[in-house]
Amino acid sequence: MSFDSVESFFHMGGHALYVWMVFGASLAGLVGNLINLNRTHRAAVEAAAREPLVSEEEPS
Amino acid sequence: MRVKRRNRLITVSFVFIGAAVAVGLMLMAANENLNLFYPPDKVVSGEAPTSTGIRAGGMVLAGSVQRNSENLDVRFVLTDYKGSDFEVVYTGILPDLFREGQGVLVQGQLGEDGVFQAASVLAKHDENYMPPELEGMGA
Amino acid sequence: MNLTELWHRMGSPRWFYQMSGPWGTGFATLAVVLLVVGTMWGLAFAPADYQQGNSFRIIYIHVPTAILAQSVYMMLGVAGFIFLVWRMKLADMLLQVMVPFGMGVTALALFSGAVWGRPTWGAWWVWGDPRILSMLLLLFLYFGLYALRAAIPRAEAAARACALLALVGLINIPIIKYSVEWWQTLHQGVTFTLTEKPKMPIQMWAPLLVNVIGIYCLFAANVIIRLRGEVLRRESGTAWVQEVVATHDQARRGHSGDSGAMA
Repeated sequence: MSFDSVESFFHMGGHALYVWMVFGASLAGLVGNLINLNRTHRAAVEAAAREPLVSEEEPS
Repeated sequence: MRVKRRNRLITVSFVFIGAAVAVGLMLMAANENLNLFYPPDKVVSGEAPTSTGIRAGGMVLAGSVQRNSENLDVRFVLTDYKGSDFEVVYTGILPDLFREGQGVLVQGQLGEDGVFQAASVLAKHDENYMPPELEGMGA
Repeated sequence: MNLTELWHRMGSPRWFYQMSGPWGTGFATLAVVLLVVGTMWGLAFAPADYQQGNSFRIIYIHVPTAILAQSVYMMLGVAGFIFLVWRMKLADMLLQVMVPFGMGVTALALFSGAVWGRPTWGAWWVWGDPRILSMLLLLFLYFGLYALRAAIPRAEAAARACALLALVGLINIPIIKYSVEWWQTLHQGVTFTLTEKPKMPIQMWAPLLVNVIGIYCLFAANVIIRLRGEVLRRESGTAWVQEVVATHDQARRGHSGDSGAMA
């Protein structure tokens, strides 16, 4: 552990604003990406379910 | 089909190589203008324009930093350690990483007298990172 | 099976869909584990830098995102080339599904770089710095690829335009890489490569490696899951997709709702 206390961890030696801004944005990006991925497949299946069957032939 | 594919391969390759050569030539032509700053030898030799806004950079010569005790005026010498150096005057707060022996970049005007009037000073750091306890061990 | 046959099989969307089921979820899980471990390690346990102090920790976001920004684009360029010459459907789909992730990591690399620049250089942004400019151009290339796809209504024409832009944009990649060597710049040299000895001690370097591998896994999960969606969308109306949808409906009725969301 490179910090003595929880406070000093959050304080980041005076660089708290910069460090937490970057890590906060990254966490938001990761969570957003995972939520988005979770929806992708479901949405694709639902969209495909609405399409009528076009042809019996195999795609090339 | 095979001939068509081969023709596409040739066309696509030509387009790509052509574009790459064009960009390469453009970059070579603009080479000097793409430098972010003038190094000390260009400042000393007079290649850097005077009395207009430019950027210059170099290493802060050890022992050259003189702070005024009454205000924020500071003078220091930037060097390339190869015999070219020039003096900088600046008023304001220096960045945390400003240290003697470190690279810095100054933005401002080069006077006719060869003294650089800096409006801002940016610290340049290198890619060597180390924990405080290892400092000086050349890790 | 001989090589030609394998090549054609790989180009078959159906084959890919049937193969890739568990891989997306697997990579996503692995990515979350690695990124959480690497980030906590870097934030709390890695030592601070002797000059930069704790703002150095931004490296654990900045370097992985910057690496991915470039390597995703390289893959886009290769996919573009394959599509232009061989007209392989899968190459175009890859070209489409990799763009949002690449755009995201490039934006994050630029953002983290700007924030890191404030305490270390003394400026958020330095106009004219070759490294910053070439990374900004990379972000615009991603925007361009995204917009081009949306702007051209005919799928085939959009695919060709995007493939060509991806390929030509590849020229920017060596410019980004060598911008710190060819020109005077404020940006420091290369920090992290797999081929050279790292310029920092192991306790700083190890969490960085974990995060780099983690973000590659996240990228893999993105590609696989989005590609599966894209395959279903493009092949909807064919018999095999109808079959997939039917089995999905059954599974859903069986588990009452949210199962198989990422599978």
